[in-house]
Amino acid sequence: MDYDLATIWALIIAFAVFVYVVMDGFDLGLGILFPLFRTKRDRDVVMNSVAPVWDGNETWLVLGGGGLFAAFPLAYAVLMPALYTPIIAMLLGLVFRGVAFEFRWRSLRERNRWDLAFFLGSLIATLAQGIALGAILQGVAVEGRAYAGGWWDWLTPFSVLTGLALVTGYALLGATWLVMKTTGELRDQAYRLSRWLLLAMLIAIVAVSAATPFLSYDYSERWFAWPNVLATAQVPLAVAIVTALLLRALTQRRDYQPFLLTLCLFALSYAGLGISIWPYVVPRSITVWQAAAPESSQLFMLVGVAILVPIILVYTAWAYWVFRGKVDPDSGYH
Amino acid sequence: MFESLDPVVLARAQFAFTVSFHIIFPAFSIGLASFLAVLEALWLWTGREVFINLFNYWLKIFAIAFGMGVVSGIVMSYQFGTNWSVFSDKTGPVLGPLMAYEVLTAFFLEAGFLGVMLFGLKRVGPKLHFMATLMVAIGTLMSAFWILSANSWMHTPAGYAVNADGQFVAADWFKLIFNPSFPYRLVHMVLAAYLTTSLVVGAVGAYHLLKNSRQPGARMMFSMAMWMLMIVAPIQIFAGDLHGLNTLEHQPAKVMAMEGHYQSHPDGAPFILFGLPDQDAAVVRYALEIPKLSSLILKHSLDAPLAGLDTVPREDWPPVPITFWSFRIMVGLGLLMAALGFLGLWVRWRGRLYDSRPTHRFALMMGPAGFVAVLAGWVTTETGRQPFTVFGLLRTVDSVSPLAAPAVASSLIAFVIVYFAVFIAGTVYILRLMAHPPHHGEEGPPGETPARAAGITPAPAIATRRLG
Repeated sequence: MDYDLATIWALIIAFAVFVYVVMDGFDLGLGILFPLFRTKRDRDVVMNSVAPVWDGNETWLVLGGGGLFAAFPLAYAVLMPALYTPIIAMLLGLVFRGVAFEFRWRSLRERNRWDLAFFLGSLIATLAQGIALGAILQGVAVEGRAYAGGWWDWLTPFSVLTGLALVTGYALLGATWLVMKTTGELRDQAYRLSRWLLLAMLIAIVAVSAATPFLSYDYSERWFAWPNVLATAQVPLAVAIVTALLLRALTQRRDYQPFLLTLCLFALSYAGLGISIWPYVVPRSITVWQAAAPESSQLFMLVGVAILVPIILVYTAWAYWVFRGKVDPDSGYH
Repeated sequence: MFESLDPVVLARAQFAFTVSFHIIFPAFSIGLASFLAVLEALWLWTGREVFINLFNYWLKIFAIAFGMGVVSGIVMSYQFGTNWSVFSDKTGPVLGPLMAYEVLTAFFLEAGFLGVMLFGLKRVGPKLHFMATLMVAIGTLMSAFWILSANSWMHTPAGYAVNADGQFVAADWFKLIFNPSFPYRLVHMVLAAYLTTSLVVGAVGAYHLLKNSRQPGARMMFSMAMWMLMIVAPIQIFAGDLHGLNTLEHQPAKVMAMEGHYQSHPDGAPFILFGLPDQDAAVVRYALEIPKLSSLILKHSLDAPLAGLDTVPREDWPPVPITFWSFRIMVGLGLLMAALGFLGLWVRWRGRLYDSRPTHRFALMMGPAGFVAVLAGWVTTETGRQPFTVFGLLRTVDSVSPLAAPAVASSLIAFVIVYFAVFIAGTVYILRLMAHPPHHGEEGPPGETPARAAGITPAPAIATRRLG
């Protein structure tokens, strides 16, 4: 059988990044929404709804980055300097919000400070991730085997747009997560927020989708050329259907549906990105085959991924199962 | 304003700073995770309350230390790309898979079971909870395995070939992973982590014994820590010696720098106890020497000839003063640790373990010694590898990203500010927890009934209450 390791690895990394986006997405979203919850009790519930799992969620980011380093070292070596500032900003944001999970319990007096750190850290990390995505989409200057652009190339109206879009998307994930995990007034608030954020996310999806094809001839060709358009048109169509279902689920005050449908929206947007980018790993410059690590490396890791990722998914699912159901305001270990 | 600065120096400073901060937390959490597993096992086995109280006491400290380790570790995983992109391109095919395996076998295991370990005792019952604790402890050790394999490969590269793009590629994964210095480095580091944790646990025990020598938790902590030190410190000295001999075989220039041997000694080298190495003049000033001892330690013979840095091209010299001094700090602290372990044994034999105030004061002072020794050890080995990132094959100056000095300088400043703010706060919180003695019914995972009743029977909670 003819197989193509580089493609397999591109799919694995795409999978890791997607799992990261939806898993850390909702807990970053909670950070973004944090200032909207005014009482200590509400904030404790919001924190407790993710405290047992956030660390596992963030590990997928390390797998995405580490996998890129291992499977496509050239792409990693080009992209990281190109995205220097957003990456550093993201890391510092994640430092603040990560420690806030433990620190905010340690001192009543300093709680507000760590709540603020949780909010700002989540917001900055999300903005930086969205901006990095936009910067990758718009293309990266490469010469030889190194980044050849300037230090501010990543900052454009388009990347700011993708940054804001991701903030909106994560916030929607966070709000629908709360619908699923909370009760009473907090849940009512989450329903209201979800409606507004759904509207905002739709606007963001439309704006990013409208802007992307104009970044380069390739993108528009890929989306609009006949007969490609027959296939690609399914993506916006599906987005419309999922949105309608999501709106209905919110009106009917369903528990689980809103979160799961939001995940569908993310999957569709992600597929849209895939259509735009493939087969580049650094758009316009380096394809997955050019960046691929030698076969010995990709095969060696493939064994590990094939055996270990299913096991990881099983025990991660178990951890979520242990903490299933609505959050009791009086639980926690602190 | 930063244009005159050298981006390579800045990138090195940034890496040294972030990795130094990071290494402290794994060194602590590797040992602490194992300690927690032992405490929970003892609790399950004996049913004695003191063990679950200690478990819950140290669990809260572990949670803070682990959180700081995670966030500073994520920074490390991206720093290769941002500041060392040429290094990443060239070594990615060999080091990348090792780090990917670390993520797959260690990080996910730790993170996946951490939530259950911290919050899940009443939900899953003591047995499953113990399994979660064990998984976290195993995860920390697996992490050490892979990261030290990757690090050792940079010191003693093996099992590789170089392809047309100038990348290192694997020729033999087994040789690559189990490269010549790896077994020594792994043992040395894991023992260091256990020592570090015993010293901290011993110091906290001693602190509370000084205030109240009848405190049961403090007695147990102090006793366990003294046993651990007495056993591990001598093993560590032995392992360190073997590691040194291995380094002499594979990285002689590093040992020359550690020993301060600028000159070759054809008929027996002295051991320089103290002195001020002068890199420009290539001499150690004010040296206090013991004749022939260096040859005895390194070659196990008084008159064995020992080569010095004069046999190594000048451009390949490591910075001697840093390596020389950090090595002495590490060894000195190691000897003090062994002394404390034997002092503990002596006062125990005399029946004075819990009321020998000088011993408690000594143990209290030694509390941070493990961290200092770990840092000093890392400085010795990493500075001793210079001027290479991959020893003998890839120079540090050829590893760096095409960086602009202002970008690195500003990110360095940001890291310094953020790390100091965050990690000082974390240290303060840990110290505050340590200031209270572990008491009866220490709050850990709380609640008499399962926190979320839906679909879960209260049986585990009842079992816990009976056992506790």
